[in-house]
Amino acid sequence: LQEKEELIEEWQPEPLVPPVPKDHPALNYNIVSGPPTHIITVNGRECINFASFNFLGLLDNEKVKSAAQASLKKYGVGTCGPRGFYGTFDVHLELEERLAKFMRTEEAIIYSYGFATIASAIPAYSKRGDIVFVDEAACFAIQKGLQASRSNIKLFKHNDMADLERLLKEQETEDQKNPRKARVTRRFIVVEGLYMNTGDVCPLPELIKLKYKYKVRIFLEESLSFGVLGEHGRGITEHFGINIDDIDLISANMENSLASIGGFCCGRSFIIDHQRLSGQGYCFSASLPPLLAAAAIEALNIMEDNPDIFQTLRAKCERIHKALQGISGLKVVGESFSPALHLQLEESCGSRENDVKLLKRVVDYCMNSGIALTQARYLEKEEKCLPPPSIRVVITVEQTEQELDKAASLLKEAAQSVLN
Amino acid sequence: MANPSAVCNGHLHHHHQKQNNLLKSGIYKKNGITKGMKKNGISNGTLYKKTFIEHFEQAPMYVAVLTFLGFGVGTIFGYLRDFMRAWGLEKRNIAAEREQQKDFVPLYQDFENFYTRNLYMRIRDNWNRPICSVPGPQFDLMERVTDDYNWTFRFTGRTIKNVINMGSYNYLGFAETDVNALKTVTIELQKYGTGVCSTRQEMGTLDKHVELEKLVAKFLGVEDAMVFGMGFATNSMNIPALVGKGCLILSDELNHTSLVLGARLSGATIRIFKHNNMQSLEQLLRDAIIYGQPRSRRAWRKIIILVEGIYSMEGSIVRLPEIVSLKTKYKAYLYLDEAHSIGAVGATGRGVVEYFGMSPDDVDVLMGTFTKSFGAAGGYIAGKKDLVDFLRTHSHSAVYATSMCPPVAEQIIRAMKCLMGLDGTTQGLQRVRQLGKNTRYFRRRLHEMGFIIYGNDDSPVVPLLLYMPGKIGAFARRMLEKNIGVVVVGFPATPITESRARFCVSAAHTREMLDTVLNALDELGDFLHLKYSRYSKSSHPELYEETRLELED
Repeated sequence: LQEKEELIEEWQPEPLVPPVPKDHPALNYNIVSGPPTHIITVNGRECINFASFNFLGLLDNEKVKSAAQASLKKYGVGTCGPRGFYGTFDVHLELEERLAKFMRTEEAIIYSYGFATIASAIPAYSKRGDIVFVDEAACFAIQKGLQASRSNIKLFKHNDMADLERLLKEQETEDQKNPRKARVTRRFIVVEGLYMNTGDVCPLPELIKLKYKYKVRIFLEESLSFGVLGEHGRGITEHFGINIDDIDLISANMENSLASIGGFCCGRSFIIDHQRLSGQGYCFSASLPPLLAAAAIEALNIMEDNPDIFQTLRAKCERIHKALQGISGLKVVGESFSPALHLQLEESCGSRENDVKLLKRVVDYCMNSGIALTQARYLEKEEKCLPPPSIRVVITVEQTEQELDKAASLLKEAAQSVLN
Repeated sequence: MANPSAVCNGHLHHHHQKQNNLLKSGIYKKNGITKGMKKNGISNGTLYKKTFIEHFEQAPMYVAVLTFLGFGVGTIFGYLRDFMRAWGLEKRNIAAEREQQKDFVPLYQDFENFYTRNLYMRIRDNWNRPICSVPGPQFDLMERVTDDYNWTFRFTGRTIKNVINMGSYNYLGFAETDVNALKTVTIELQKYGTGVCSTRQEMGTLDKHVELEKLVAKFLGVEDAMVFGMGFATNSMNIPALVGKGCLILSDELNHTSLVLGARLSGATIRIFKHNNMQSLEQLLRDAIIYGQPRSRRAWRKIIILVEGIYSMEGSIVRLPEIVSLKTKYKAYLYLDEAHSIGAVGATGRGVVEYFGMSPDDVDVLMGTFTKSFGAAGGYIAGKKDLVDFLRTHSHSAVYATSMCPPVAEQIIRAMKCLMGLDGTTQGLQRVRQLGKNTRYFRRRLHEMGFIIYGNDDSPVVPLLLYMPGKIGAFARRMLEKNIGVVVVGFPATPITESRARFCVSAAHTREMLDTVLNALDELGDFLHLKYSRYSKSSHPELYEETRLELED
């Protein structure tokens, strides 16, 4: 007994949190005064906003704001309860209907937080023992959803259909060894429409072919492509002209194009209804504040009434994509029609820390001259496949041609002065 | 070094046992209980500054038998129905897989959904009831009917007006639409719009967030705080940042899903201790330090205890003084989730820390949500500056998730200013006091009527036990007919035999509303035979005098 008391006395735990160096980049973050709209005041200086994902410029749209005000007068701010316990408002039901109609699916379900949407949807279907094939460049929310689901994860190289097919074939041979187990093991492919980390689109037609050949279900994450791709903004399925019923589940967050907060999943009732009882972020969390739901409905109205903004956005993306080519020292990563590009260093200077510092100098140069940019932030130790450090460039509908040209020329200057 | 906690633990053990024995035996003299409780209160004076009274009465045996019988009958009928559906004798109402995908591996196992299909579906109309007004003390429900036994619903277009709301988490009554109260929120909404479109570390930190964080830190009396957009996500994204492999998490049996998810995602080892049971916790702590990690016998990197302030399904309050003494003795860290208790308990609404008269420095990580008492959305973590700086850099939410929306932040700011008295009125304090009075009145009357109520006398969450599955549906539907909206919970949120109705008392409820509810409960309790309590206290002036229990210090 004496020994035990000694052990207890002697044991010393680690400190609760390790000390953080004072010059850690995330501690000296940018503080924005006022709304993060087209003209943004960062750290006291007015700049043109190339860093917020406000693709359709709906953040300070007057109609959206007045819809939110009307909702505020009627419902107050919070919902004071989860969906199951008097937290379901008629605005939520209306928003779900409108989203389902817009995306031309049977049903939609809304979550109160964008990150929680895909992170709750995946574990609702895929459990221990199931197999998920996921792209290497999947965003962090997908990774957390996969971790929570405890399924077997198989990563395939980014956008490499041959690699995916190889993995599927391997799985098929495994199945033949144990057909009883194979009959109950569910399989899924999780891909993003427009990848946040690389700005590419996934080759959806080939994926559909693989789906029917190997009998896997597809979960599509459309946070960046909803409201951007496609003739009417319906996302990547419209972009490629694919029947939406071929995709089992589409998940997106409303925080980018719809300039609201929250996320939604849409698909057939057979699939979506299951989340109403087993989506953790849906059942155990308070529902979306009604003013945000009303704002999203109004934003959807605007999207439906003005289908030409998508074409305008794409034209602007092409323009700046072309203008940014040929900057010495920086290469553009992303499709020409993607509104969220990355600028990476052509040659790394050895360590990630130094790359980050170098890019910070480029960003600071631009900020001092009136263009607000930001570096893409990642959790270095937690990501499965850490992307290289980069500057994020976001194109919105509100930016004029002069501003786009100014940004491009400023970046050229910055790269010249800092990197040479 | 003399160890005061050991002595007190000895006393406490005694107190717990004594109370349990009295309740289980069902024999009790009114005077006997009175004396017993008061005596124990004083003997624990070193740790507890006032009496800590919790009830978890067990129902008579016949109730348990009938409950199992009820579930048995439901299951048999479920099998019968499934059989009939499989053979086409009954229509299949549930959505089905696509024709083209019929040969895929089935997405749901039939057995997983058995409970949903056959038992939940029958009483499904008691949940997800849509409302169309502010969730204040009274609200308007949309009338919903079903033509095919709850498989589909249809709205008639009528609204049921002024239903008394006993279900929403509106403890301090801040869910209101009063124009004056929401003036600042309206202004901020006009100025900022609704979205932020960026993460905290990129371009999403607005001046509003900085203002809010300073205010939260001041309110709680700590060095710094950080706010997040969703309460659930606050737990599930920050616990993995604080602990990892090689650490030990000691979590209460009845912790909320978000805590469990956060603990699982962190990769640390999880051990569970019995609900609010300090002996179980101490045993786990001793074993952990003495024996180390399971296979390698190396010492644990750190030990963290996860508890909640008020447990929402039980209504019990955490035994904070004892946990703090345990944690100081064994050098563990404490993570306190005050989702339901911030704003709702404590003399000025500062949560369980104030309720027990302790200092916020005793708790390492103070976490809470703004959804319940502040009528907004989101969560916070507060504590020492090192902790918050670490979270600013390493929290998953700061790097990958959008920050809180500005009008919602403004609502929290105005509610907090009201609570702290910074807006020049004493309205905040009045709300807290009114909530305390309402809670005590409501609980006292329910005890007198003879219902079995769980939880601490001071917690505004009041679970009323129903036990039998048939009564769940009957209770909720009949209360709605009397224009009162209640929340009922069954399996799997509660143990299978302990289904309950859960009332959330609010500061905005007037005495008349509470009396209406209590009278309805009285009638319904007699009609449905819900008054299982073996002892019903009649009005006992010396024990439950209002003035006696009001806080003088």
